[in-house]
Amino acid sequence: MDVTRVNLTEATDIESDRQTVEIALDALRGLVTPRAFTGDTMLLNMGPQHPSTHGVLRLMLELDGEEVLSCLPDVGYLHTGIEKNMEAKTYEKALVMTDRIDYLNNLGNNLAYSLAVEKLAGLDVPPRAQYLRVILAELQRIASHLVWLGTHILDLGATSLLLYCFREREMILDIFEEVSGQRMMTSYIRPGGVWYDVTENFVPMVRRFLWYMPRKIDDYERILDENPIFIERTKGIAVVPPEKAIEWSLSGPMLRGSGINYDIRKAMPYSSYDHFEFDVPTGQNGDVYDRYKVRIEEMRQSLRIIEQAINNLPGGPYRSENRKYVPPPRSEIGHSMESLIHHFKLWTEGYRLPKGEVYVRTESPRGELGVYLVSDGGTKPWRVRFRTPTFWNLQSISWMAQGHLVADLVAIIGTLDVVLGDCDR
Amino acid sequence: MSGYYPPEFADILRENFPDAVQEVIEFRDQITVVIDRDWLIEIATFLRDTEGMKFNYLSELNGVDYWPQAPRFGINYIFYSFVHNHLIQLKIFVDETDPVVPSLTSVFPGANWPEREVYDMFGVRFEGHPDMRRILMPYDWTGHPLRKDFPLGYEEVQYTFNIDRIEANKPTPSADPPQTGTE
Repeated sequence: MDVTRVNLTEATDIESDRQTVEIALDALRGLVTPRAFTGDTMLLNMGPQHPSTHGVLRLMLELDGEEVLSCLPDVGYLHTGIEKNMEAKTYEKALVMTDRIDYLNNLGNNLAYSLAVEKLAGLDVPPRAQYLRVILAELQRIASHLVWLGTHILDLGATSLLLYCFREREMILDIFEEVSGQRMMTSYIRPGGVWYDVTENFVPMVRRFLWYMPRKIDDYERILDENPIFIERTKGIAVVPPEKAIEWSLSGPMLRGSGINYDIRKAMPYSSYDHFEFDVPTGQNGDVYDRYKVRIEEMRQSLRIIEQAINNLPGGPYRSENRKYVPPPRSEIGHSMESLIHHFKLWTEGYRLPKGEVYVRTESPRGELGVYLVSDGGTKPWRVRFRTPTFWNLQSISWMAQGHLVADLVAIIGTLDVVLGDCDR
Repeated sequence: MSGYYPPEFADILRENFPDAVQEVIEFRDQITVVIDRDWLIEIATFLRDTEGMKFNYLSELNGVDYWPQAPRFGINYIFYSFVHNHLIQLKIFVDETDPVVPSLTSVFPGANWPEREVYDMFGVRFEGHPDMRRILMPYDWTGHPLRKDFPLGYEEVQYTFNIDRIEANKPTPSADPPQTGTE
């Protein structure tokens, strides 16, 4: 018998449906305290349709008054079978599904999947494409952190900052629209490089953003750092000791907030991240406030990376010239028979990758985004597995929430930077 | 990403656990040690605590269905070391007739949800797991969707006008053992 059957109406309406409740409570044995079975504590559902759960996250809470005794997260409401779907598509066409996984990190998902295909195929990526990938991935990181900041602060009671954050995010989405034609579901980073070269407006737009953004980040900090309500609600909440962060496989700002200097962009550089100078911000106390500081500082470091990349943006091809994997440009098809053949083959049958298994790790705004790709030598991936940071981070909410108040739970969900599309896939 | 999988660790594992290590696969600079499932806890503890290795972080845990090959399921574990910045991959093959693997939650508590996901998607059970329930699929779901013999179908969207017909045609959930895919 499953836990989902206990919902609020059933739990309060014991007399009318005593049997259902008893069976359901039995499934909870070992997950909640024994006091729940005597009716001493209350079982309460938070979500799945709750404004501060950032999507369709359902938390089953055992409450003693306002205090959370145990918290049982329930995910899967947004499971769309993306991994299964990708097994039925060619490598090139499966890329479109990756946009839909983490809807705040579309280009980062494209990048992780492309890196896996390139590693399996042994495909080269030209320097210009690598730099463009870095610029776009870092813009995406800022956009994601802006949504995180706006919604997190909105949950804690400050409305105006949400509007500021979304105003700045609009500029980034305009840049994505300029290069790919889409604001969110870009599919712009492809195996072998990027889909098409950037337009001439791209560099001025990024430079304008670089000029505009630093003062705005300072503004956010000024609004929040001197706000007594914000400090009261974030300092000392959901403290994660570093050893516990490691053994629970936390990643991203959740790990760095506890003082562990670890960033995959630094530790195992991919896509020429080793060409750029940047710092990895860390916290000391591992509470909600420190993680807020880490993310704010990460936005500044992202701006630093973008500035270096845009100043040194190399010329040359934007996509690999290996015609066995990369479709030829339209202009070649008209006068080259081989190009026409390649075009036809690549868009109908697709390409075959050598038999084997690879795992690539990237740093998404939320943590370690890994792709485990298995090829059986055919034109379709045998298995694509996304190791998504939200899924691995979210399981820790059950011990993080213990002993806190219901109101603090809202801050904890916010600090985990939950994206349920990323969690459920 | 090359050079982060030191090859000498496979030899060290082979020396210390001669019965456990079945095969070492090297592909694209990635070292995978195929081990016997009974030794998983010992080897994971050994990797975590030995000086010079210190694989103290479980980076990835997933399952792969190799149907119709004979040991059908492969469970992959990738460990990372914060101290030395290197990786190692372990792999366990289990057959469809006895899909049971020891749970890693006693060594790495973070393996909790990933193991539940592997159970949900492939029907591989983890012995000693504190909470072996489905996680992504609905609780009354029949079959395990990422198995290769599970059809890539779709489910009709429920509205008030067709809910009776859909509910009447739904397969009844069977508790154990997990069915292979077909509805």
